[in-house]
Formats: sequence, C-alpha cells, structure tokens
Amino acid sequence: MLRILHQIFRTGIVTEPLPAGVEKEIKQVGAGLEEAIRRRFRRSLTIREVDAGSCNGCELEIHALNNPIYNGERFGIHFTASPRFADMLLVTGPATRNMEIALKRTYDATPPPKLVVAVGDCGCNGGIFGESYASLGGIGKIIPVDAYIPGCPPRPADLLRGILRVIS
Amino acid sequence: MANLKNIITGLLGTDAVRDAGHYPPTVPSFLVPRERFIEAARGMKKAGARLVAEWATDERKSNRGFGIYTCYSLDSEYIIISCRIPLEDPTFPSLTKKFVPAFRFERQMRSLMGVIPVGHPDPRPWIKHEDWPEDAWPLRKDFDPSRPMPRVKGEYQWIRAEGEGVYEIPVGPVHAGIIEPGHFRFQAVGEDILHLEERLGYVHKGIEKRFEALSWIEGVRLAGRVSGDTTVAHALAYCRALEAMTGSVPPERALWLRALMLERERIANHLGDIGAICNDVAFTFLLYQFSRLREVVLRTNDKLFGHRLMMDRIIPGGVTADLTPEGKEKILREANWIKKEFERLVIIYDENPSLEDRVRDAGVLLPEDARELGVVGFVARASGVGLDCRVQNPFTPYDRIIPKMTVLNCGDVHARAWVRIEEVRESLRIIGEILKGLPQGEISGCLDPPSKEGSGFAVVEGWRGEIVYWLQSGPTGGINRCMIRDPSSVNWIAVEQSIHGNIVPDFPLCNKSFNQSYSGHDL
Repeated sequence: MLRILHQIFRTGIVTEPLPAGVEKEIKQVGAGLEEAIRRRFRRSLTIREVDAGSCNGCELEIHALNNPIYNGERFGIHFTASPRFADMLLVTGPATRNMEIALKRTYDATPPPKLVVAVGDCGCNGGIFGESYASLGGIGKIIPVDAYIPGCPPRPADLLRGILRVIS
Repeated sequence: MANLKNIITGLLGTDAVRDAGHYPPTVPSFLVPRERFIEAARGMKKAGARLVAEWATDERKSNRGFGIYTCYSLDSEYIIISCRIPLEDPTFPSLTKKFVPAFRFERQMRSLMGVIPVGHPDPRPWIKHEDWPEDAWPLRKDFDPSRPMPRVKGEYQWIRAEGEGVYEIPVGPVHAGIIEPGHFRFQAVGEDILHLEERLGYVHKGIEKRFEALSWIEGVRLAGRVSGDTTVAHALAYCRALEAMTGSVPPERALWLRALMLERERIANHLGDIGAICNDVAFTFLLYQFSRLREVVLRTNDKLFGHRLMMDRIIPGGVTADLTPEGKEKILREANWIKKEFERLVIIYDENPSLEDRVRDAGVLLPEDARELGVVGFVARASGVGLDCRVQNPFTPYDRIIPKMTVLNCGDVHARAWVRIEEVRESLRIIGEILKGLPQGEISGCLDPPSKEGSGFAVVEGWRGEIVYWLQSGPTGGINRCMIRDPSSVNWIAVEQSIHGNIVPDFPLCNKSFNQSYSGHDL
C-alpha cells in the first residue's frame, strides 16, 4: 500500500492542458460549450464507441483519451458500455458488410437526440479499404453522421477537439 | 536436427517438385500430387512440425487450377508444400484431424475460395457469414469485388449444451469496452463456463482481395493497416516477402532502424496490455500508470518518426524516417526513465495479493494444448513453447543482438502478463544495443519489380507473435495473391480452450491476457 501511495504522490497530476491550437479553439467555442454540456447533457457527455470494421488503430487513440494525460473525464466525457445510456456514438470504420446490421441496431438502441461522429479516414470515406463486397465505405453509408474526425488514426487531441466541436 | 526438406524428398521422391520461382531459397517450396498431399502432412506430423498456415490460390489464369498451400515449421526451418486441384473437382484432403489449426484455415478456404476439404468435420462457413450467398467466393478471380454482396436467409448453427440449469450467454459483436467486434457464445451453469464458442468475421474488410488490385508499392500501406496495433510488424513482413522475391537488400542502417521500430511497437503494446489486464481485475491504479508510460512512448514516436504508431514508416527497400543524433539521445534518455518507472510498477504488480488471487490459475492454457493448437508468440511462450522468430529466424540486427526468450510453463493470465513484463525489459535492452551499433548510411535502396509467376515468403516476430506473409506474382507481374497469417489466426482458438473450468466474470480478464486481433484475423 505504501508503495502505491508513494507512486501516486511521486507521479502527481500529469494531465496536460490541450495543445495550444485546441485550447484556443475551445476558448473560441467559449462558455457556450459548458452551457451546452450542462443544459443538453446534464453535465456529462456519454459516449458509446462502436468499431464498425476498423483496423484497431483508431481504437488505440480513443483509448488514449482516457489516459491520465488527456483525461477526457475532466470535460465530462465518459464512455459507456450500453448504447441505451449514450448521447453520442463514436464510430470507427470502414463500415463492413458483416457489421452493418449490428451498427444499425446500436444506432436504433441509442435514445434521441443522438449524435453520430465518424472517426478516422476509413470512418469518413472507407479509406484504403474503399468500397467493395466486404467494406461498404464510410459510416455515413449506413447511419446519419453529424460530424467527421479524419486522420489515420486521428491523434487524441484531434479526437477531443472533434468531440468538443460537435457538442457545441 | 530433422531436415524437413529431406523428409519430403525422402518420402515422395521425384513426386515432390521444387518450385524454382519461390524465394527465399532457404524456405523451400514443393509441389506434390494431390493424392500424396496427405502423405506429406503425415510425414510433417511425424517429424514434430507444426502447421503454420494453410491457404488457397486461384491460378486458373496460368492454367494451373487452384493451388492448395501448406506451410510447416520445425525449430528454425520453414517449408511450403502445395498441390493443384482442378475447377471441375475442387477438393483436397482435410488436414484437420492431424493439425488443429487447419480447422479454421480450411473453413476459411472453403468459404472464400470455394475449395472443399474432404473429411473436414465442420461444414459451417468461417469469416463468410451465413447470410452471404453460398456461391460467393471472393478470392476467386472471376469474383467482382466491386459488386455489393446480397443478403440471403441463413442461420449460424451454434454448438449448444442442454440440461437442467444450462443457459446461454450471447456477447457481441458490439462489446462493452472500446474494443473490436466479435461474437462469443457461452454455455454456462451458474457461473461456470461449460463451453465457449467464438464467431468472428465481423471486421472482414476484404483485405486479401484488395491487395490484388494494388501495386507492389501501394501494398505496404494496406499491410500497415491489417491490424493497426501491429502496423510496423505487418508492413515489415510484407516488405521482407517482397524483398525476398526481388532479391533486394535494404541498406544496413534501414535494417537496424526497422528493428528499432519493431521493438518500440512491442514495448508500447505490452505496456498497454499489462495495464489493461490489471484494469480487468479492478486495479485501475496500474492501468493509469502503465498507460502514462505508453503515452510517453507514442509521443516520442510522433516526434522522431512523425507518427504515433509509426504507420507507413517502413517501405519496400528501407524506411522513410531517419534518426538524428538528438533523436538517438532522446530515445536513450526515455528508455532509462521508462526502465526506472516500469520497475517500480512491476514491484507493485508482483506484491499485490488481491491481484495475484485473480491472475494466477485463471485461463490456463496447458503446454501440451499449446503445442497441439500450434499457438505462437507470447501466448506460446507463456505455455512452455519457445517460439520467437527473432531468435529462430533472425534478420539483421537480430543475428548480432540476440533476444533472450522468456518461457514460462504455467500458461495462466499471470504467465501471459509476466512474459510481457520480461519482454519490455528485453526490448529496452535491445533498443540500447541497436542505438549503440546503428550503422551510418542510406535509409532506403532501390527495389526491382518482382519477376512474373514467382512467390516470396517472410516471417516477422510482431509483439503478438509470428506474422507470416506469402506473396505471389501473376502472369502479368502484379499481385496475384497476398496471404496474411496474423498470430491471431492460430491463437484465437486457444482462447476458447483456455476458458474451460473458468467462471463467466473471469472471461474479460482471460480474453485481455490473450488480446488477439480481430482485424488481423478477419482480414
């Protein structure tokens, strides 16, 4: 136990302010953002992540949002296990044919108003996998998408910026 | 040491014809008659070899019908044995009863190429879902990949347990965490798992077919996206197979930089996994501590190589990112810091009784089962099977910097975590050695196009284990077939086997300790 406490105190708080550009943008979005989360999402934005066919690269970076350095929770961003509790679906792609039904069901299980954010180049337009018998292309081909976060994979800061932008 | 090549030529005599267009020559490829295919497999089994991969090709354009290929390995040796079958009678003898990994390989071959393994115990499709038309075989050359796949009626037949109190739990494809999709079906009584059956294929993106529409150079980008967490090792395996075909050797400095990236990828993934295993027993403290170390590694990657996961940094003929003297210093400083922090955390892991209570004896894969299932990578090494391509099939600089292999016998969650811990230590040492010996010079060389109707083979030890690529050029010199065997293709079946006798709530923990790729498996 002492070792654990020692390591905790030695580590301190490692959470960083966002990169200058992102910080500035959030300021631009302004007080309205906090207001938006407070009003629309009751102080917390709950996200259900759906891998609709990704190579797992995007998932790694979405994971990083929860590490102590990016600490997405400080913005009230929280990942949930069930689409029933979700305000937002964060969907990585390309949408595969074998995931099409599961993705539609997840979308239907999410209560309105639901925001859908397509993540990664493949989530946006199918990326290198394109459109084929197995890959249907971007997430927008299956369910309505409200915002796109491109990148292969997008960096955690880009993800945060994208999420914060769409809820404002 | 038994020589697989001699066994085959001794067994089949002139019936085994050596394929002169296959590279590298150290991995011989033999064509045998279909009726003696099973005999060759029997010979391999007797010699104690394992089945590395089994795949099919469509070579009708070259008037050779379909090709059925197998790759076996024993110690440091690899051998490829193939036979040809005609369109009118696309059957071949199933190897499933001799080699367990053939069970899924052959279901996949049947599903995607329409070749029939005679004597296979399970006719259900694999990767191909039951709502695909029966005669849709995407890997055949006359299949048009741009055509959408229609949906037909069909139901997957699960293996079901019956009896009083037996119930079924379906899980997935959309899981609770931020992970890839797949379906798990449990048959349970109370909390005890009677049986687990996996059904994968949800992230099938048609990667192998997609390769056939790309040029050799474009192919490496796709290889780097077969499994995003293993982008370096996959790109490297693809490049090495292509370089074997063309006979080109990248500059020495590029080879060393490739190894540097490979080890950094291993460290980043192992750090993430060790933390995630702790998280699955509700010890979040270590998750956050390890994920902090992982983030530091990724940021340095971004700074030095221009990409956090080092995607697209390895290309045929070399690498795209060089290391400056300052970069070298930064890596060394970082390695020292990580080492110190890491060791502190390992002591905490090791001394925590509540953690030990959960990770010991959970999800045991016995050494004899591991051997039978043909598993690779850290899964094999945690179950007494000492396989590591860096040791058995080294390429520069691993011929000079020899990795120390950690092999444990208990095969439980703890063993798989501990092998990773030892490998982080070892990779940090290897990185130090690489930086000490890093030669000067160019970082990429030229690459000739591969000759027509040839093939190339390569194995690379990614962080999950042995990755196999087999490339084949067609009659016009383009990619005719790209066979990818991720470690997950053989290791997934071990997850099913290791779960017997465990309780349902321990499944996430056991699964995390394997952490196999869905994308690399489904392709």
